[in-house]
Amino acid sequence: MRNIASLLFTAGLAFLLLVIAAQLGFGEPPMRIGGDILSQAPAEVGATNIVTAVLLGYRGIDTLGELSILFAAATATGLVLVRGRKDCEHHAEEPPGGFILRTGADLLFPLLLVVGFYIIVHGHLTPGGGFQGGVILAAAFFVLVLARPGKDGSGGMSHTAIAVVEGLAGAGFIALGLWSLWDNGDFLKPMLGHGVMGELLSAGTLPLLSLAVGLKVGAELAGLMTQLAEQPATAQHPHQHPHPHSEDGGS
Amino acid sequence: MDLQTLFALLAVLLVLVSALLMLVLDNMIGAVAASGVVSLGVAVLFVLLHAPDVAMTEAVVGAGLSGVVLALGLRRLGLWRLDAGATRQSAAGDEPDA
Repeated sequence: MRNIASLLFTAGLAFLLLVIAAQLGFGEPPMRIGGDILSQAPAEVGATNIVTAVLLGYRGIDTLGELSILFAAATATGLVLVRGRKDCEHHAEEPPGGFILRTGADLLFPLLLVVGFYIIVHGHLTPGGGFQGGVILAAAFFVLVLARPGKDGSGGMSHTAIAVVEGLAGAGFIALGLWSLWDNGDFLKPMLGHGVMGELLSAGTLPLLSLAVGLKVGAELAGLMTQLAEQPATAQHPHQHPHPHSEDGGS
Repeated sequence: MDLQTLFALLAVLLVLVSALLMLVLDNMIGAVAASGVVSLGVAVLFVLLHAPDVAMTEAVVGAGLSGVVLALGLRRLGLWRLDAGATRQSAAGDEPDA
């Protein structure tokens, strides 16, 4: 019965998508704005990476919406994961990551940091931007947590520090938008002139916005993964299995 | 057949094979790894379509982040087993808690 229902659902969805696809003219974009942006963005915004020019310049408020969605999702996940942590009476010591993982983490951490920050601050010049670089930053910190889980599996990452970075970055993004609103009446309009196209300090406030997005995304995801990696409340399920953490060493 | 088509075909083949593997593998960790490979293949396709931004996001989020989150989820649920038989047993044993 359930199989038939899901088959019907899939068939219906496929039919809907096919009907929509049949009405689209093949090879004809439904909107012409892309070409206009492509031809005008370099002179208007001064960024060589048009994608970032759209994300942070033309559609800055959409990016703000995305950030708030991410924030809401991370907060909700954190709420769900933290529930029951208080009931955990004893923390079983997480086994350390092993020699290869620890050495590899020490080697990888600075490289990942550099790559992440490079992608963030070059967001207006080369492919990538705040979001991609932020995820790489989060991964860099998570590698450290994996290698040295420490007492409770959090690797000594402070949730307060993560929350401070995240809040400051989000507030910075909004503050840049408000500054622009106060200065020329448009929210999140790129300011500070264009500079020389192709240089690191160009395209006005776009690099600053990119940095804010990167730090916020990185802090949010690092906090989320640390919460996931921390010890779950094992006290509630004593019969789950006898050695809950004996095989985690290879992780 | 030019080189680009060959690469695209290889990537599509890789994506399809690993997506199938993801469905049929008994080993949960293997399935998580296969889902990362799917994302990597799709990222290669994005590069071939001249969308490096999207490719970067796909590689970072699909292959990196979601794999880590899924693996951590497995560990939380007690399904982190390296051999398939134990995975099944432990999955059956954990069902009341889930």
